[in-house]
Amino acid sequence: MDYRLLAFFIFSTIAVLGSLMVVLKKNPVASAFSLVIVFFSFAGLYALMAAHLVAALQILVYTGAIMVLFVFVIMLLNQDNPVEDLRASSGVFKGFAALCTGALAYFLIRVALLAREVTPRGSLNDEKIEELGGNVRVISESLFSDHLFQFELTSFLLLGAIVGTIALAKRKTVKGEAGT
Amino acid sequence: MIAFEPWMMLVVSVLIFCIGLFGLIVRKNLLVMLMCVELMLNGANLSFVAFSKMHQLIEGHLSVLFVMTVAAAESAVGLGLVIALFRTLRTVDSDQIQLLRD
Repeated sequence: MDYRLLAFFIFSTIAVLGSLMVVLKKNPVASAFSLVIVFFSFAGLYALMAAHLVAALQILVYTGAIMVLFVFVIMLLNQDNPVEDLRASSGVFKGFAALCTGALAYFLIRVALLAREVTPRGSLNDEKIEELGGNVRVISESLFSDHLFQFELTSFLLLGAIVGTIALAKRKTVKGEAGT
Repeated sequence: MIAFEPWMMLVVSVLIFCIGLFGLIVRKNLLVMLMCVELMLNGANLSFVAFSKMHQLIEGHLSVLFVMTVAAAESAVGLGLVIALFRTLRTVDSDQIQLLRD
């Protein structure tokens, strides 16, 4: 058996089962750790498609930064009464939601199967990328020449996110009290 | 003998996206809802990379970088909102956030 096919099946099975566990687990901590598993298997899938930079960033940004943020917030909001969802909501509602998303999945998979015989519009196949100096180099050259403006815009986005997060999460200080 | 083809990734990305959407609809814990949004963004990222591979273009990878930036900003602001809500309402249940209703 082709080892890439085998790796694809292993990683995709882990990803799908892990994401089901994210949705179905009652405890948010269990959901968070299932999400870590999903992100790791996604990094494997990216590496399988020779997207090395994206695979590395997936682990650094998602499992490194975002999940730490999630786990910290879960720890911070130590809930005395867990949210009663999934078991408390009615079966009709859940069935309807499952039906709708299942239909959406069916049609999207039909579309995905249409994309089997797509004709390549560029010429950057694996050998060409290797010849040009590797995945990271090709991406960086494109990012810092053709897409420089969008790249600079993301810095504004991050600045806005920082300011917004601090403004939201800062404790309101009462006048006269020493604010920290 | 079937070999690995990039369109198989599209099926996985559809499944992950729809599982995330289902979770976003049925769950009521705001933290888990944010995690489901992350799942949906990841599914979209996977299809970006798969299409980039199929079309032999590099732009899909750049889109993934931008989506990751947006996802990081979104989760930071979203978790800040959750903390602010928890401070005033002492809950993370989306059904109990009805300040505008009463």
